[in-house]
Amino acid sequence: MTRSIVVRVRWANRPRCTGASEGNVPDVKIVVCVKHVPDIQSDRQIADGRTVRDGGDGTLNELDENALESALSLVEAAGEGEVVVLTVGPDDAVDAVRKGLQMGADEAVHVVDEAIAGSDAIATARVLAAAITHVGGADLVVTGMAGLDGLTSLVPAAVAALLDVPALPLAAQLEVTGSTVRVTRHLDHASEVLEAQLPALVSVTDQANEPRYPNFKGIMAARKKPVTTLTLADLGLDATLVGAAGARTEVLEAAPRPAREDRVLVTDTGDAGVRLAAYLVENQLV
Amino acid sequence: MSDILVLLDHTSTGALRTPVRELVTLARDLTDGGVHGVWAADGAEPSADALTELGELGVTHVHRLTSDADVRVPAVLAEGVVGLLDATGARTLLAVSSFENKELAAYLAVATGAGVVTDADALERVDGTLVVGKTVFAGTWTTRTAVRTPVAVVLVKANSVVVSPAPAAVAPQVGEHAFTASAGASRVRVVERTERPATGRPDLGSAHIVVTGGRGTEGDFTALEELADVLGGAVGATRVATDEGWIGHDAQIGQTGVTISPRLYIGAGVSGAVHHRGGMQASGTIVAINTDPDAPIFEIADFGVVGDLTTVVPQLTAELRRLKG
Repeated sequence: MTRSIVVRVRWANRPRCTGASEGNVPDVKIVVCVKHVPDIQSDRQIADGRTVRDGGDGTLNELDENALESALSLVEAAGEGEVVVLTVGPDDAVDAVRKGLQMGADEAVHVVDEAIAGSDAIATARVLAAAITHVGGADLVVTGMAGLDGLTSLVPAAVAALLDVPALPLAAQLEVTGSTVRVTRHLDHASEVLEAQLPALVSVTDQANEPRYPNFKGIMAARKKPVTTLTLADLGLDATLVGAAGARTEVLEAAPRPAREDRVLVTDTGDAGVRLAAYLVENQLV
Repeated sequence: MSDILVLLDHTSTGALRTPVRELVTLARDLTDGGVHGVWAADGAEPSADALTELGELGVTHVHRLTSDADVRVPAVLAEGVVGLLDATGARTLLAVSSFENKELAAYLAVATGAGVVTDADALERVDGTLVVGKTVFAGTWTTRTAVRTPVAVVLVKANSVVVSPAPAAVAPQVGEHAFTASAGASRVRVVERTERPATGRPDLGSAHIVVTGGRGTEGDFTALEELADVLGGAVGATRVATDEGWIGHDAQIGQTGVTISPRLYIGAGVSGAVHHRGGMQASGTIVAINTDPDAPIFEIADFGVVGDLTTVVPQLTAELRRLKG
């Protein structure tokens, strides 16, 4: 199975979603939105209706590594451009953007503000969109396909809607030619090829590429790269629109599922298939 | 109470996708108003069978959303749905929980201020508030969430409720809701769309029974396919099996592939890595067959067999055939 990154990049005639003025066109800029999530191998918890994020088991959302890889490959193939890695989250979340810097991103932005705690997907998208605008916009915004904590996949299209750029979610293949971005994606019942003009937002799947591991050089270089910390006030965002204050849904109850009862484990001594058939029939499962 | 909208996911020949029937069943209990179907007129029109079925389920109106733009693009479809919410006064939209509908929900949330819950498996009204049940953290926690906004968009997982007909069948009124999409929504162009060919088996995402193969199959899915056919089930696979090219990527069960919650899950040669468990742990009954007694899947299996799938699975298939007569 090949995991090809299809890259044919020639940045041309690129308008940016905000910022660029004629005669002073800055470098091509890709913003990668990443999330700091509880490690899926850890014992994840919900308290007071929110995911517990200070258990020390936080990590860069694995699926965002694919987003970083896509962005870095695009810039490498084009031979120009910069990659900004952006996150929204509590103090620890800075680890997620540091990992992005180690992989090769040029600079990092971390939006942290107490009022953000308890934000739902749309409020998070609002902060991300405001931060992208604050850093001067982007030619391309890249995200992962989902956060492995909430798994709602709502943020990418919401960010695109708020920035007023086209969204091409779930790219298994991504190609940029001139100012055209083309995505191949596989949905439940069909495969699609989508196209739009930059600036645009894409989300990439875990099929899109094989993310690189940060090497020693990358880890050392990351120490010298800038991490900008921003607050809601820096972004000019009203605190009542985000966090628990702006949440549109409220978790009333959360509890670990009880363990399955009456579990059976047999070692096959020649008749396990017959015993299994009897179990299925007895429990009216077939 | 105001009417409720249900997005009618359908095939290219105008047949309803299986989980839509569950949505309508759920919707009836949420309102004493009407249940209105939303049909994205993407080239396919509702078949006569689909309309009869919708009538039996109690759908009073079917709104065909038509546009000069491509309604297969979620940003476009969202604008049509926003118009329909206004036109009908409906405050709630139910849709199947799928990646394209999550995209639609995000646009609706930004446009209408709607509260969104994805991957729901239960719905009720408590003192007028919509309360939604869902499992999180790879099926290890259950939650109940209240929607606090006037407009609610809830995406419901397949196999959440048993489909039941309405007390009295109706003949749905079919109407057209034509809309002009904004230039912004039309910026995404669908260059190509290839429907997946029918396999003759139920859709993986909504099948009641799923037989899944992993590394332990060593690439031979024949015995699993035979078992699935005896059970009338679908065939799924782990990431390893799809990456090896033993079966198509559309068969991948997991957090990033198809999330399933069938009545019966049978895993053969599946170790139960956390990514896979995240896509199947909410299944009703879990059966696992693996040579490795330490495979993590045995921790969540209702019936585990430590044994070789190449002998256990054919024996199971033969015995089920015999019992069925």
